[in-house]
Amino acid sequence: MTNALYGYAGKILRLNLTEKTSHTTPLPSDWPDKYIGGRGFVARLLYDEVPVNAESFDPENLVVMAAGPLSGTFLPGGGKVHFGAKSPASGGYADSNMGGHLAPEIKYAGYDAVVFDGAADRPVTVVIDDDRVEFRDASKHWGKGCFQAEEDLKKELGDDFQIAVVGPAAERLVRFACIQHDFGRQAGRTGVGAVLGSKKIKAIAVRGTKSIPMADPAGALAKGREMYDAAFAKPGFADWTPQGTAGVTDWVNEVGSFPTRNFKSGFFESHKNINGQALRDRILITDKGCFGCPIPCGKYSKFTHDGKEYVVEGPEYETIAMIGGNCAIGQIEDVAYLNWICDDLGLDTISGGNVAAFAIECFLNGVITEEEVGRKLAFGDVESVEYLLRKMAAREGIGAVLAEGVRHAASVFGKGSEKYAIHVKGLEFSGYEPRYAPAMLLSYMTADIGAHHNRSWAITHDVASGRDSIEGKAKKVIELQHTRPVFDALGVCRLQWVEIGFELRWYEEVFPLVTGMKKDWNGLLRCSERIWNLTRAFNMKHIKGFGRAYDMPPARFYEEPMPEGPAKGKFTTRENVEKLLDEYYELRGWDREGHPTEAKLRELDLGDVAADLYDAKG
Amino acid sequence: MKLVVHNEMCSGCRACEVVCALRNLGEVNPKKAALRITGQFPRPGRYSVTVCDQCGICAEVCPVQAISFTDGHYRIDEELCTGCGLCVEECPQGVMRVHRDRSAPIKCVLCGDCIRYCPRNAITDADEEVAAHKAVTAPPARS
Repeated sequence: MTNALYGYAGKILRLNLTEKTSHTTPLPSDWPDKYIGGRGFVARLLYDEVPVNAESFDPENLVVMAAGPLSGTFLPGGGKVHFGAKSPASGGYADSNMGGHLAPEIKYAGYDAVVFDGAADRPVTVVIDDDRVEFRDASKHWGKGCFQAEEDLKKELGDDFQIAVVGPAAERLVRFACIQHDFGRQAGRTGVGAVLGSKKIKAIAVRGTKSIPMADPAGALAKGREMYDAAFAKPGFADWTPQGTAGVTDWVNEVGSFPTRNFKSGFFESHKNINGQALRDRILITDKGCFGCPIPCGKYSKFTHDGKEYVVEGPEYETIAMIGGNCAIGQIEDVAYLNWICDDLGLDTISGGNVAAFAIECFLNGVITEEEVGRKLAFGDVESVEYLLRKMAAREGIGAVLAEGVRHAASVFGKGSEKYAIHVKGLEFSGYEPRYAPAMLLSYMTADIGAHHNRSWAITHDVASGRDSIEGKAKKVIELQHTRPVFDALGVCRLQWVEIGFELRWYEEVFPLVTGMKKDWNGLLRCSERIWNLTRAFNMKHIKGFGRAYDMPPARFYEEPMPEGPAKGKFTTRENVEKLLDEYYELRGWDREGHPTEAKLRELDLGDVAADLYDAKG
Repeated sequence: MKLVVHNEMCSGCRACEVVCALRNLGEVNPKKAALRITGQFPRPGRYSVTVCDQCGICAEVCPVQAISFTDGHYRIDEELCTGCGLCVEECPQGVMRVHRDRSAPIKCVLCGDCIRYCPRNAITDADEEVAAHKAVTAPPARS
């Protein structure tokens, strides 16, 4: 046995923006085994190193960017990079991932993770060119939209750099500002882009020329070939790819879970005009894949708006749901246009659409006036939504309040507007209306970053297992919350598994060939559970009084029966919401407040975390 | 075997670059691939695939005759190669690469794995010795 690490670069790059210095530290030797990589490294670094008293936009907050052991290797979908920080949305744990080509490039440059600490006094582009690090003046890029900034930086630095940028929204610390890469992939959620903005980082540019050390190169080649061949043979390879994520739009409407008019309804009457078929028939020009992807969901589109031609990557399903249904925008070209506005400004289309819809509902109910807003607002009106998005990104007028997210905006607006604020833990809901989907509802309630679907996309389980019963739902949610984040830790995309039924065993089989570590799927799941408890502990440490109340959904979902559509009259009762939580906590080994018990943390080899949380309490 | 590219099919995933270097050099490193994917974004919004067409100019310009034609392709004899870089400069496709780890340039030997593992049939074989038979739907011809 040697001490060589395979599949990992073995180094963490640490950048101090205040001092403009950089150095590397070795990857702690027990981390690959305990946290795998990607989201796992993000969680451990944030837990260990973000001071409890740091606010999300303080220089002491960190942004961590991490790849996984399988990122950049020869297998389907090895292109996921994770960004994390103390959350501008919740004040607790945040991470957000994206595809594209950045994760592989980080590995080729010789790093598993990069930590951004401190804050620059002037705008910078952080250039990571193998071992060389440069803090490059970005004054001329500051204020530019994401598309222009990335295009200019490609010209300035070279086309072979992989570049992530933030837009004007991040510069102005909008709490749902995203990070954009490759002209259309986003780490969209939780406002990680705004944390980069707070550090005056306009862009991160990475170029790597090194090889990733492989435990068994010949075995990994053979296994990679088998994996691609298996992916090519899946029926979904041919059927799913043409529409990508947008293809699910009709189904979500058919089951009455499509967010419509600020989650007032789960059915959008115009969904056929914004679905995957409309995208393909009317605007698609190129399929745009992330690194190594056999089933590219990226749909690159061209359309005109007001006589001007635009190109944009998307719309993805989430944008179709949150800008389309939730703001009642009923034509795919209009959804694509507002998608372009969000991308150019650097706004998350999910929270962006959610916050815009919240403002419109507030306006329609007299919470905010035409004078306060600066114009009339209406669902289905492209100009209303564009106006709101631009105001948020500029933090002008009403936009200054909306830029803080719906939780904060409702506390400022008052007048009962909290019932229109569709969030959990301060993070706005994404594209599933869960009031008649109890497992999906519980997924949103308990996701560590707030109301996001990616940890547990349980809606198909709800429909398959029956939505009137809550039996078995908590167990399923936990299973998904462990399974799906394994992909995030490995640094690969989960859509091969989710969308075309690519078997989980492939990852178990390729993992030792890349890393030399033996870990079966259950071993990977145990890491995932460890990470889940670690992020929960982060929330306990950083959010005063964190507990059960933070897992409660908006009252709309347990008080208002669905007004129309296939789920008409349905909702999840308050009693069932509480029961779901009780069962979920019990199965997780957490107490009734949703706190991991000391015994549970020790069982997961998180003794240091147990000591943090419980020794301090005495 | 003769490589033919179909740029409109490429989705930019670079599986071809990764498998090329892994198959031929035993390394995971697309910077050591003998073909290249580039994207033109945000406009016009498409990818280009550049492959070696075995034109033989590298062999013609090599001052030490290190490049010779065998089994349908030009191959570099790394023992003879002095690493002068003339072939890289003169390559009409600009697809021969140098890498600091290697004394000789990296050149396509027509192994066919880029055809086999391109998920999009964006590279095919004009002689059809290697089949590209994935069930792929082309994007609409709109641009």
